[in-house]
Amino acid sequence: MNKLSIGLVAIAFSFGSVVASDVVRMGSEGAYPPYNFINDNNELDGFEREFGDLLCERAGLTCEWVINDWDTIIPNLVAGNYDTIMAGMSITEARSQVISFTQNYLPPDPSAYVALPGTDVSVITDGVIATQSNTVQSGVVADGSADLLEFPTPDETIAAVRNGEADAVLADKAYLNRFVQESGGQLVFLGDDIYPGAGVGMGVRQSDNELRETFDRVISEMKADGSLNELILKWFEGGIDTF
Amino acid sequence: MFSFCSDPSVLPQWQWFACYLTTGTHLAFYRSFLVVITLILLAAPAALLMGFAGAIAMRSHFTPLSWLGKGYTGLVRGVPDIVFFLFVPIAIGQGVEYVLHLINCPDWDQPVRQGSDFLVCREAKMPPVGSPAWVRDIYGFILALIAFALVFGAFVANTLYGAMNAVPRAQVETAEAYGMNRRQSFLHIVMPQMWVFALPGLSNIWMILIKATPLLFLLGIQDIVYWARELGGQKTSFYTYPHPDWRVWYFLAVLVFYLSLTWVSERFFEHLMNRFNRGQATADGERQRKGATA
Repeated sequence: MNKLSIGLVAIAFSFGSVVASDVVRMGSEGAYPPYNFINDNNELDGFEREFGDLLCERAGLTCEWVINDWDTIIPNLVAGNYDTIMAGMSITEARSQVISFTQNYLPPDPSAYVALPGTDVSVITDGVIATQSNTVQSGVVADGSADLLEFPTPDETIAAVRNGEADAVLADKAYLNRFVQESGGQLVFLGDDIYPGAGVGMGVRQSDNELRETFDRVISEMKADGSLNELILKWFEGGIDTF
Repeated sequence: MFSFCSDPSVLPQWQWFACYLTTGTHLAFYRSFLVVITLILLAAPAALLMGFAGAIAMRSHFTPLSWLGKGYTGLVRGVPDIVFFLFVPIAIGQGVEYVLHLINCPDWDQPVRQGSDFLVCREAKMPPVGSPAWVRDIYGFILALIAFALVFGAFVANTLYGAMNAVPRAQVETAEAYGMNRRQSFLHIVMPQMWVFALPGLSNIWMILIKATPLLFLLGIQDIVYWARELGGQKTSFYTYPHPDWRVWYFLAVLVFYLSLTWVSERFFEHLMNRFNRGQATADGERQRKGATA
């Protein structure tokens, strides 16, 4: 019985992956731990690396990772430099007009403000807030009353708070956590967490329906059998809800 | 790299640094210096060739050709470099794929542009589908090289055009009086003498070329600026070697690199200028002649 079901699964996979002979090129930013980062051995590491590799393995695809700057990550997907984006990218209305997303593989995750100790909470509404450009967080600040200060990379936003250029930084809490923990009290969380995103999904070209359906199917599978939750717990240490 | 690097958290300081500075990312950083130097060494002769062709075209008595030359230099010199660096690789990349698409897939029925997507058939992909990463890197590098050659070629063309015209008219007239045709007088009289007039302009362009190499970073090539920013940023304990914000030190290293590169080039151009002035009817050539006879 067991062998039979394995056989059926294997057949199902080989049907699902008509595109399998191609190498699927997976784009990521590589600067946003724990979502994705380049480790000291010059390899992409993090939750999305591990999860993406598992997805490809289960879909029977050969995948290869490509690092691209956050600011041009969508244009380069559209131009065909790679086939998917897995870079902690929240599914939003505006992005969905340019690319399509799979279902989310991370639930809506908290964003938080971080500032120097003693900063008044009122800076959230009338101070200068640093964010990475083109993120859901920068959208939140732009829509609010505080002044927005954007940077191309996430660690520049933290540096801006440290040197006083910005009053606080708004970013995913999972990213900020270790900066706060390891600052020796020089950085603290400010105010309440907010939930600006509708969950993180994998971006694909709008014309690439087959690829999107393949990944959608495997993501559903991994949600159902709990293996996705295991990975979320491993990388986010309980900072994010599971499915 | 070293055997003692297995647990960096307990290492004494000098060993920690020895390990830190030899991580995979640092080796990639060091390699990126070679990438930049390679680009300069390839882009300079390519731009010189482009410029020479451009200058000859500008001088041509065949009007459409001279328009082409003047149009090229006028266009490239009038548009910000950065726009060209972003435009040329994309335009060439898509252009090549489009041509391959027309050749390889004549019965393709879908439009190539669907909304913002640029879609060609599998056989038309450049580099070919399934190419390893290094082929893609080299392809990207070559596109960048073409962009550099195009942009700097226009400046070189203008400089050489000016230098050709700066060769005293009397010299060319003398050549003609000796019965040389246009081609001969250009090859034997103008060409050997124009370099001394072109050199100050060329050395300027060389310096600007060196300083323009960080634009590689814009084209998605991991150059030294990319790595300096990447390695310098604060690293939390997700990384094996956590450290605070060290960008200032990394950028200082990049600054020293560029400064020494331009310093060496300046010495080289001084030497070259000296060499080209020898026997020329320029003030410096005259000074050399008098120094030799005295």
